Amino acid sequence: MSSTAHLHGGIGDSIKRKEDGRFLRGKGNYIDDITLPGMLHMAILRSPHAHARIKSIDTAAAGAKPGVIAVVTGELMAQHKLAWMPTLSGDTQAVLATDKVRFQGQEVAAVIAETKYQAEDARDAIVVEYDILPAVISPDGAKATGAPLIRDEKEGQKDNHIYHWESGDKGTTQAAFAKAAKVVRLHTFYPRCHPAPMETCGCVADVNPGTGKATIYMTSQAPHAIRTVFALVTGLPEQNIRVVSPDLGGGFGNKVPVYPGYVVATAASLLIGRPVKWIEDRSENLISTGFARDYHMTGDLAVDKDGKMLALRVHLDSDNGAFFSDAQPSKFKAGLFHIVTGSYDIPTAHITADGYYTNKAPGGVAYRCSFRVTEASYLIERLVTNAAIELGIDQAEFRMKNFIQPEQMPYHSATGWVYDSGDYPKAMNVALEQLGYDEMRKDVEARRKKGEVTGIGIASFTEVVGAGHGADFDIIGLRMFDSAELRVHPTGKAMLRMGTKSQGQGHETTFAQIVAEELGIPAMDVAVEEGDTDTAPYGLGTYASRSTPVAGAATAMVSRKLRDKARKIASHLLEAAEEDLEWERGKFYVKGSPDRAKTIQEIAFAAYTNLPEGMEAGLEGVHYYDPPNMTYPFGTYAVMVDVDKGTGQVKVRRMVAVDDCGVRINPMVVEGQIHGGLAEGFAIAFMQLITFDDDGNCIGSNFIDYLLPTAWETPKFETGETVSPSPHHPLGAKGVGESPTVGSPAAYVNAVIDALSPYGITNIDMPVTSDKVWAALRSKGVTE
Amino acid sequence: MFPAAFDYAAPATLAEALSVLKQRGDDAKVMAGGQSLIPLLKLRFAQPALVLDIGRLPGLAGVKRDNGHLTIGALTRHVDLERDTELGKTFSILPEAAHWIADPLVRNRGTMAGSVCHADPSGDWGSVILALNAELVAQSSAGERMIKAADFFKGPFATTLRPDEIVTAIRIAVSSAASGGSYQKLERKVSDFATVAVAVQVEMDGRKVARAGIGLTAVGETNIKAVAAEKVLAGQEPTDEVIAEAARQAAAAAEPKDDIRGTAAYKKDVVRVFVQRGLKAAIGRAQGGKA
Amino acid sequence: MKVTMRINGTERGGDVEPRVLLVDFLRTNLLLTGTHVGCDTSGCGACTVLLDGEPVKSCTMLAVQVEGRDIKTVEGLLQGGALSPIQVGFHEEHGLQCGFCTPGMMMVGSALLERNPDPTDEQIRWAISGNLCRCTGYMNIVKAIKHAAKMNQEAAKAGSHAEAVPAGGGE
Repeated sequence: MSSTAHLHGGIGDSIKRKEDGRFLRGKGNYIDDITLPGMLHMAILRSPHAHARIKSIDTAAAGAKPGVIAVVTGELMAQHKLAWMPTLSGDTQAVLATDKVRFQGQEVAAVIAETKYQAEDARDAIVVEYDILPAVISPDGAKATGAPLIRDEKEGQKDNHIYHWESGDKGTTQAAFAKAAKVVRLHTFYPRCHPAPMETCGCVADVNPGTGKATIYMTSQAPHAIRTVFALVTGLPEQNIRVVSPDLGGGFGNKVPVYPGYVVATAASLLIGRPVKWIEDRSENLISTGFARDYHMTGDLAVDKDGKMLALRVHLDSDNGAFFSDAQPSKFKAGLFHIVTGSYDIPTAHITADGYYTNKAPGGVAYRCSFRVTEASYLIERLVTNAAIELGIDQAEFRMKNFIQPEQMPYHSATGWVYDSGDYPKAMNVALEQLGYDEMRKDVEARRKKGEVTGIGIASFTEVVGAGHGADFDIIGLRMFDSAELRVHPTGKAMLRMGTKSQGQGHETTFAQIVAEELGIPAMDVAVEEGDTDTAPYGLGTYASRSTPVAGAATAMVSRKLRDKARKIASHLLEAAEEDLEWERGKFYVKGSPDRAKTIQEIAFAAYTNLPEGMEAGLEGVHYYDPPNMTYPFGTYAVMVDVDKGTGQVKVRRMVAVDDCGVRINPMVVEGQIHGGLAEGFAIAFMQLITFDDDGNCIGSNFIDYLLPTAWETPKFETGETVSPSPHHPLGAKGVGESPTVGSPAAYVNAVIDALSPYGITNIDMPVTSDKVWAALRSKGVTE
Repeated sequence: MFPAAFDYAAPATLAEALSVLKQRGDDAKVMAGGQSLIPLLKLRFAQPALVLDIGRLPGLAGVKRDNGHLTIGALTRHVDLERDTELGKTFSILPEAAHWIADPLVRNRGTMAGSVCHADPSGDWGSVILALNAELVAQSSAGERMIKAADFFKGPFATTLRPDEIVTAIRIAVSSAASGGSYQKLERKVSDFATVAVAVQVEMDGRKVARAGIGLTAVGETNIKAVAAEKVLAGQEPTDEVIAEAARQAAAAAEPKDDIRGTAAYKKDVVRVFVQRGLKAAIGRAQGGKA
Repeated sequence: MKVTMRINGTERGGDVEPRVLLVDFLRTNLLLTGTHVGCDTSGCGACTVLLDGEPVKSCTMLAVQVEGRDIKTVEGLLQGGALSPIQVGFHEEHGLQCGFCTPGMMMVGSALLERNPDPTDEQIRWAISGNLCRCTGYMNIVKAIKHAAKMNQEAAKAGSHAEAVPAGGGE
C-alpha cells in the first residue's frame, strides 16, 4: 500500500484503527470508568428460585446498614407505575417483582448506598420469604397438562403458549413431500447460550433535580431506541432524556434490550436527586440478561431420486423464558428464521413455530446473528450434511447439486426472501481448494483404516443482514432505517455522527473511510461519533450486522449530498460550469485542465468564506437511509476434526472459512470480525451452555460453568474470500460481523458427525462435549 | 463481588504466625497465594473472622534436595515447579502437573502446599502427592509432625491438619531406582477443574515395576489413592494385560458422580484410559525415554 | 489499614479495609481505570497487572497483600510518552477490537517477552490462556505479541530501544 493511500484511507485500504490509541493507553471510557460527583452505588437482590410467590420482603435491617440511602422494592416502583415495563416484543416484564418471581436471578429489590461495598453488604441483609412453586424449564414442560401457569398476572393468558407463527406454503410443501424419493429428518436442539461480552452491562443514571433532565450513561447498542422506550415508560418528555453509550466492551446482542437495572437506577436517581451507578457482576449478566437460541427444531428435507431437493418442512418450539422480550422486528415472531432454505434452490417450504413461557431468564437476543438466522442456518446445514451421508453422496457434491445458481440472482426464495447477489458454487470451490478437500478426504479414509476417528464438515451458509426495509422491519413500530450526519469544518476536517453504536467493530475507522472514499477527506481527518442521543441523529443501532448495510449506506449518501454541494461551490470558485467539472477523489478539476482544480479542503473553506450568491453557508448534511432490501452475505466453511476414542475429546485440526460479504471497506477490520465470529461459533459448538436443573437453577452462571474458549482451545483460522457486491447497497457492501457465528457451528458439528458417521451416529446436540461424544461412541461399542 | 469483612494479619515470623493460630485458629483461614481462598471469600462461601497471610514468612519458598528427600517449601508456587528444570525425569510429574493447573496467572500466585491444604477433590496436587507417597510437614507452636499424604485428606475441603497447624513443606523420598511419572488430565478448557485426572509414578526394578503410585483426581470425596491398582503392578512386568488390569482396578476404585462434566460411567472409563496411558508414559520415562 | 506500594514506578498509598481487592484499590482509590473487571470468579484475566514483573489477577489479590511490592498497570506501559512495542504490536496487527481485554493481554504479552524474547505461536497461546477475549478469536493477539517481539529484537540489534510509533491519531 502506498503511503498516500494509507493517509487517504478509502475503501479497500486496511488502515490501522483510529480508535486504538485510547484503548492501548488504558484510557477507554467504559461504563464502570464513569464517576460523577455525589454518585451512589446500587446492588440488586435477585431471586434464588425459578418460580415462587413472594410472601414478604423485609428491608429494615438492610436499610439500617452503614451508608445505605434507600432500599427499593417492587412496591415502591409500583407507586410510580414502574413495577412493569414493556418489552421489545410487545409483552411486559417485571422491573422489580411484586407478586411472583418467574426465573432464578429475577430482580426483587435494590439497595442504594454510598459505596458499592456497602450496597452489597446491605443487599445480603434483605429478608424475602417465598412460597416455592414448581418450575417449568422447557417447552415440553410448558405444554404439559397441569403445567403451572407462569404468567398468571396477564389477562386472558390461560396457558404458557406465547405465539404461533408460520411461513411458506403448507399445501405445495405437502404435495412435494408426497412425491419425494427420500425424506431425511433431523431433530436437534440449539441450546441456550449467552453472548457474554467481556464487559457486563451497567449504567450511571443522573437525573438533575434542578432541570429534570435525565442523563443515562448506559451500555447500549441502540441508545436512540432506548431513549424512546424510556420516554414511553416513564412519561418523561423525550427531550429531557439523554442516553449516552460510552465505549462498550463488546455487545454481541447482549446490550440491545432495556434491563430492569437501568430503570431502577434511573428511578432511584430521580427520587434521591443524586447520580446512581449500577454495574452487573458476571453472574448477574449470565443469569438475567439477554440469552440467545433455545430452539427445539425438527426439519424434514424431501429429495428426489437424483438427489435434488424438493421441499423443506420445519417445526420449532421456542423457549422464550418468563417474559417474551426477543429483540427483533415485530412482524416476525421467530425472527428471520424463515431464511431456513439457506443456499439451496428448494422449490417450496413450510415453517411453523410456537413460542412458550418457561421459568428461565427472558431474552432471545440476536447473539452475533441476525434475529434467529443462526438457528435456521444451523438446521439446514446440519440437515444437508445428514442427508448427504444418508444418501451416500459426498456432502460437497450434494450441496453443489442443489445450490442457487449465480444466474438465478436476484433469487426469490420459497419463504419470500429476495437474495441480492451471490455465487455459492464459487465460494464452495475456493474453500475446497484451500482445504485441499480431495487430499484431505483421502487422508480421512487412510486414518480411518488405522482405527482413527476423524472427519470433515462443511457448511455453506447464507445470512440475511441489514434490516430494514422499514415497511417490513420495525422494532416496536420504529422503522429500521439508519442515519448519518456529516459536518465538514472550514479547515476541511469533518465530524461524522451516526445512529449506530460500535462495540468494538471499528466504526470510527470504517465509516471515516467511507467519507474518505466519497468526499476525499482523508480518514484521519474524519472524527466519528456515536452513542450520544443529544448529538447523534436518530438511528436504530448496531446489531444484526446492520451498521455497514444501513448506516454505512447513509454515510455514503450524505457524503454524496455534500459532494453535490461541493461541486456547486467548486464551479463558483473555478468559474466553470458544473457539468464541466470532473471529480477525482478529493478534488474537482476542469475537464481537460487538471491543474485548474479545487481540493475538498479549499471548497470546505469557501463554504464558510466565499459562497456563490444565494447559497446557504456551510457544508453539512444528514441522511436517513431506508434500505430497499436486506443484504445476503454467504460463504463456505470447512472443518477437519480428530476425535480421541478414549476420552471423546474433539480437536479441530483445520478450519477454513471463505466469506463473501460483498465489497470490504477495511479488509483488516473485516478479517478481524471474521476471526472473532469463528471463535464464538467454535465456542457455541463445543463449550458454551446455559442449562437448568429440574428446579430451574441456572447452570452456567459464572465463568467456571459457562465456558468461554481461551487462545489454547481456539483453533487457528484459515480465511479466504470471494466478492459478490450487493447490487442495491451504494458501496456494494454487505454486513459481515455475524456470518462466522451463523455459519460455523454447523461446520464444526458436521465435522464431528462426519467423523462418527462410519458408526451410524447422526446427531449430537451442541455443545458437542467430550462426554457426549464418548457416550455416542460407546453406544456403538467403540472404545480405546 | 468482594469478601465480607475480616481481620488480617501478615506475620513476619513462623513463630508469630503459629502463636496467632494457637489463639484464633478456629475462626481463621491461612492464606499463602490466596488463589483458592480469595475466590471463596468473594463468593462469601467462606467468611472467616481472620485471614492469616503467611505470604511474608521467610524461608518457605523453593525446592531443596537433602538427606534423600525432595522438600518443597510451602510458599513454592505452581509456576516455580512448572519451570524447575532440576527436577529431572524422576520427578517430571511435578512440572507436568503444575503445567495443567488453573491458568498461567493463577500459577504465578498459587502454591502447591496451599492447594493441597485446600483439599478440593478436583485439585491436581492431591493425586500427585498420593502417587509420590509424599509427606506433609505440619508445624504448630507445640512442634512439628509428619502427615502421610494417604492420611491427609478426610473429605471434600477437609484434612487432618489441626486448626493450630501450618503446613510448612511437602517432602518426597528420592528413590534410587529408575523412576518416572505422568499426569494425565482431562479438562474442558484451560483453568477448568479436571473432569478426571490421573497421577502415576513408577519405580522400576529392571523390566519389572518395583512400586507404582496412582492418584485419582475429581472422582470421589477426596483425591483417591488407587491401592488395588498399585498392588497389581508391584513386582510385575508391565505387560499390556497387567497394565489393563491395573487400569480396571483404578477405575473400580473411582467413585465419581454424574454432573455437568459427564456421567459417572464416563469418568470411570476415562480413569481406565488415563491409567493405561499414564503407566505407559511413566514406565517409558523411567526406562530412559524422554522426560 | 495503611498500605503502600510502588505503582508504575511511583510510590502510592492508601487506607483500605483488608478485604479490598487490589483491582478496586487501583480503580477506585487511584483512578487507574485501565485495569478492568470482567468476572467475579477469577476466570477472565481482564484485571491482569504485573506484580514484581509477573502477571497476576488483581481481582484475586487483596490490596494489603501488595504492601511494599511493585505493581505495573497498563497506564505504565508507555515509554517516554510513546507507545511501547507491545502497544505498537496490538495497533499494527489489529490485536484489539472492543479493547476491554486488551490491557490484560498486553501486560501478559510484555511479561512473556521479558522471559522469552522469541516465543512461538504455541507459547504465546499458552501464556495468554488465562485471559479471555471475545472479539478477536486470538489470531491477531498472537500476531501482535510476535510483532512486539520482533521490534524488541530489532531494537536489541540496533543497540537501542525501538523507536515507538504513535498510534490513534484520531484521538
